[in-house]
Amino acid sequence: MAPKIIARNVGKVYETRRGQVEALVDFSLEVEEGEFVCIVGPSGCGKSTFLRILAGLEPLTSGEYAIAPGDDPNKPLNNVVFQEYAIFPWKTVLENVAFGLQMRSVSKRERTAIAMDWLERVGLRKFADHYPGQISGGMKQRVSIARALANDPEVLLMDEPLGALDAQTRTVMQEELMRIWEETRKTVVYITHSIEESVFLGDRVVLMTAHPGTIKEIFPVDLPRPRSHKTTATPAYAELTYAIWQSLQGEVMRAMQEQQA
Amino acid sequence: MNHGTRNLLLYIGGLVVLNGLMTALGLWTSYWWAGLFINFVLIVLIAEQVGRRVPARHKTAYERALAIGFPILLLIAWELLVRGGVLNARWFPPPTRIGAALWDLTISYDKFSETSLLGRPWLIPQRLATEGWPGVAALFAESHVWATLGRVFAGFLIGAIPGVFLGMIMGMNKTVRLMLDTTMSAIYVLPKIAIFPIVMLIFANPFGEGPKIAVVAISAFFLVAINTMVGVRDIDPVYIMAGKNYGANRWQMFRHVIFPAALPVIFAGLRLALGTALIVIVAIEFIRAKKGVGFMTFYYWEIMVTDKMYAGLFVVMALGVILTFGLEWIGRRLMPWMRE
Ligand SMILES: Nc1ncnc2c1ncn2[C@@H]1O[C@H](COP(=O)(O)OP(=O)(O)OP(=O)(O)O)[C@@H](O)[C@H]1O
Ligand SMILES: [Mg+2]
Repeated sequence: MAPKIIARNVGKVYETRRGQVEALVDFSLEVEEGEFVCIVGPSGCGKSTFLRILAGLEPLTSGEYAIAPGDDPNKPLNNVVFQEYAIFPWKTVLENVAFGLQMRSVSKRERTAIAMDWLERVGLRKFADHYPGQISGGMKQRVSIARALANDPEVLLMDEPLGALDAQTRTVMQEELMRIWEETRKTVVYITHSIEESVFLGDRVVLMTAHPGTIKEIFPVDLPRPRSHKTTATPAYAELTYAIWQSLQGEVMRAMQEQQA
Repeated sequence: MNHGTRNLLLYIGGLVVLNGLMTALGLWTSYWWAGLFINFVLIVLIAEQVGRRVPARHKTAYERALAIGFPILLLIAWELLVRGGVLNARWFPPPTRIGAALWDLTISYDKFSETSLLGRPWLIPQRLATEGWPGVAALFAESHVWATLGRVFAGFLIGAIPGVFLGMIMGMNKTVRLMLDTTMSAIYVLPKIAIFPIVMLIFANPFGEGPKIAVVAISAFFLVAINTMVGVRDIDPVYIMAGKNYGANRWQMFRHVIFPAALPVIFAGLRLALGTALIVIVAIEFIRAKKGVGFMTFYYWEIMVTDKMYAGLFVVMALGVILTFGLEWIGRRLMPWMRE
């Protein structure tokens, strides 16, 4: 079967007033249908850039990419869970979750039913009529995730969705995310800063080099599914996290030196 | 007795002693400015001490009491300063006399301007009986207040609606923005009174309502356009990205993302424009009108009836407050998410 996502030699150069910024060079990746791929890399290495290119929100400078359409032509190809949440403060939680469906002219009754269902699944049913300003950061992120899932895209692109959360909420959300993903088995590209998170969630972990970003190494994660936090107590988990850290360490140092220079 | 309570009593005691001494020694006439200043500081200190003791659930009531109470205190101070002979009653008539003048303006017909402040409200029962509500509306329509309000409303709407429109376009289209920005900023700072003579020439009847409304509209237009542009430009691009990613077409992007995102700043602009509209129309009525609160105020200044002049100023302020409240009310309706 053909891969769901293909990116071939993708390169991105930002033209700025102060000159060119090379964000991505020669980035090639294939993601299978139903695969959960995590991308880790030092800050500023171009992770968000790659995701925005996949989402069609940023033109690329070289290379090519494609997301294979599914059987249903009405289904959106991708939806993004943004690093900054990006849920609309002027819409209620329910309206936010129903947003994608509304843009596709799904009737109000149907989209409300679907959105309510997703709110139920992320535990926010009671907050349907609240505005984002009235809920916590963790809840906002769940709204953002529900908004993407309610739209039922072919692939889900997630940019550090749990990055801003405190450690406890984050741990709970990781399990919740796993539970939902087990139910839907969507193709996911998931960006994170946390190696632990990438190993816990992913089928593969893609490690990127520091600026300009490209793939340094890809680690398959052979931990059994369904996973829970018990998985994190196994030697296999610990060994893999350590191996990725060793590979990443050098890149982080390089990124930090570059920022100081 | 704890520290805070002792301070509170100290401040209250200070307030009583200060005012008692100043009055007893007759110091107010020469040192009224120092007296007022120390009074103000002591009242702030007392209010802060009281504020600390107010339980959280009564905080709103306390804050409202401060906001309403202090202006009343100012009026009382004014009254006392006039009665005590510190302020000249001819130039600074005390609030009680201004209030009486306001009442007089409401209930008496001015033969010169052929109207009154509110337009012969004493005829309301009679008109209601003969002509019904349209008759009452006609009565109000002949008043000074309506002359001013009508010009403000008409000018504001004629200016603000295209202002929002142009501001939106300038915010979204860089070419239009670059072309118009300098010109807009230049005209924006121009005092609109200065262009009144030119505007008068444009109209067939230079002394009619046309030029007055036009100048108000021009003032509102530039303020609203510039604010709307800023509101649109300052939208976090991540919202635009989210809109695109979830498949919004051009109209949906405008309706669901750009417009609501810019709305709070647009409303800030509308609020400024409404205040400016009032300022401009009162200034114009000073020099070129036969009706209106501005005209009335200036008329009583010219014939040296200062308490009625102050009454006019008071009406202008009241109109400003009421209009702003009205606009904020609409704003809260349109932007339910802005309530904290
Ligand atoms: N719109 C832009 N214009 C110019 N340069 C940009 C732009 N967006 C990103 N960059 C630059 O491209 C590089 C990669 O940025 P990107 O946001 O993709 O990194 P990231 O890996 O997501 O970082 P983080 O982990 O901090 O989110 C950085 O050097 C950044 O400064
Ligand atoms: Mg990023």
